Amino acid sequence: MNAIFIIALQEVLTGLRNKWVLSTTLLLGALALSLTLLGSTPTGGVGADSLSVVVVSLSSLSIFLIPLIALMLSFDSIVGEAERGTLLLLMAYPLARWHLIVGKFLGHIFILLLAIVIGYGMAALALALESEAAVELDWSVFGGLILSSILLGGAFLAVGTLISTLTVERATAAGLAVASWFVLVLIYDAALLGLLVSAQDGGMNSDLLNLFLLANPADAFRLLNLTSTETVRTLSGMAGVGANSALSSGVLFASLVVWICVPLCIAIGVFLRREP
Amino acid sequence: MTSVVNVKNVSKQYKGFSALSDISFQLKRGEIVALVGHNGAGKTTLMKLMLGLIQPSQGEVCINGQNPSGARGADVRREIGFLPENIAFSGAMTGLEVMAFYSRIKGEPAKKSANLLERVGLADAGTRRVSTYSKGMRQRLGLAQALIGHPQLLLLDEPTTGLDPALRREFYTMLEELRSQGVAVILSSHALDEIESKADRFVLISKGRLLACDHLADLLVKTGLPVQISVQVATCTTQQVITAVEGCADVDHRTEDRLRLNCPQRDKVTLLRKIVDLGDLVRDVEINQPGLEAIYRSLQAHQGREELS
Repeated sequence: MNAIFIIALQEVLTGLRNKWVLSTTLLLGALALSLTLLGSTPTGGVGADSLSVVVVSLSSLSIFLIPLIALMLSFDSIVGEAERGTLLLLMAYPLARWHLIVGKFLGHIFILLLAIVIGYGMAALALALESEAAVELDWSVFGGLILSSILLGGAFLAVGTLISTLTVERATAAGLAVASWFVLVLIYDAALLGLLVSAQDGGMNSDLLNLFLLANPADAFRLLNLTSTETVRTLSGMAGVGANSALSSGVLFASLVVWICVPLCIAIGVFLRREP
Repeated sequence: MTSVVNVKNVSKQYKGFSALSDISFQLKRGEIVALVGHNGAGKTTLMKLMLGLIQPSQGEVCINGQNPSGARGADVRREIGFLPENIAFSGAMTGLEVMAFYSRIKGEPAKKSANLLERVGLADAGTRRVSTYSKGMRQRLGLAQALIGHPQLLLLDEPTTGLDPALRREFYTMLEELRSQGVAVILSSHALDEIESKADRFVLISKGRLLACDHLADLLVKTGLPVQISVQVATCTTQQVITAVEGCADVDHRTEDRLRLNCPQRDKVTLLRKIVDLGDLVRDVEINQPGLEAIYRSLQAHQGREELS
């Protein structure tokens, strides 16, 4: 455990030193603040509370941005070390290979956690200061957004780490990372929609649809946050899906955890067989 | 005495390519062994096997009686200091931070880092980022990290690359100190002239095969390379000298007052006695033993002939 902690700490220190933590926090904070301050203005007209508007806005932002940040953080965690020539030395030290994978993952998720908590925390603070009835708002929804954002980041960190162990060149890993973001975040939903339209005559039952939704961490995240309350469902246009979905928030959270564990375990398996 | 390293009939095959074939040698405490071979001969593969980073296809590697690629591989590596060829570190970290990181992984207190940096002459550069270091400084930082935790075995892949002559001397002095403390050292180098006086034994490898593993004197006998003795004599007396040494040496080159003789290792002392007996006729004598490079080339040529036949 000690070796894992040392590797994780080193990743965080490197992230602080090369401004990864700062830039990610500033990016998320700036976007979250903009959405909070600008996006909550029209809430009075539609009768929605400002928190629901912010949750819908931040969820939409997170779906695109957090996977990208996570993949950028993790894609070169192993292949980058190998290409820079630092991996051989690290492996010559008394640590198990899985320590390296898990330690790097924990370091990266801590960087992401810092950026999300500080960035979205700034938005929450701004909202609390701006809203006259802040204490009456259901802040658990916001807490759920932060937790699920961290899990979403974790899922894509795990995917990035897996890519990093499978490749031998950073350029290939970068290409695969971008491709996986493109497929899971952008293409998957369009493809699923196409499938639904083509199967509208009863070809696809709801169980199969739920399975498809769980099979993509971005969709699990979307369902978790955009169907959390009645107001949020209405605002996000997910009222129909939310009302009919058999997927509880527990199942959706579990799916994100599975999305972290499975790629990470495969990455460890691949790395154990890798010859430096 | 128990061997620190025991490499027994080790072979390593990759897809369609044999990196090492039937290599065996041992290393005891306080011994320095040099791995000698051309690029791609298998020196680094051998080091990776000793670190347990790869597994042998055949044979076995034992470090202090344990398999480095087994379940207790991490414990084995705790006793090894390794300096890879082309050492690299995270440029964003300072020298002290790099040392503290590797010390913690080895379970050593980070506060000892400054002492090790001082030992390799980097005390003043410890707080500077590694990205500002020269190649020689990075190499010295690499040496410092290899010494973390008082390892019993040092594996040094091209340790003097990038070091100037003064630093090389300091490095070999440090190596002698470590040897006197009982540390076993395996080092690889292309600078054969440099290491032939520093190592106790030499493991010569070519195309993944062991050419020889012996002391320099024994390697000389094994290869049968002659000693070259240059003699300066009184003008027009070369024929007298040739007659005197007949049967002990062949004349390689002659002028009016100089002779170059090739003599088998076993006749070296007899020949020198005969030359001394010539008295005032001889003005000067110079003895040139074949170097490690000549030995390696000779053994390589012998291997080539064996492969052809």
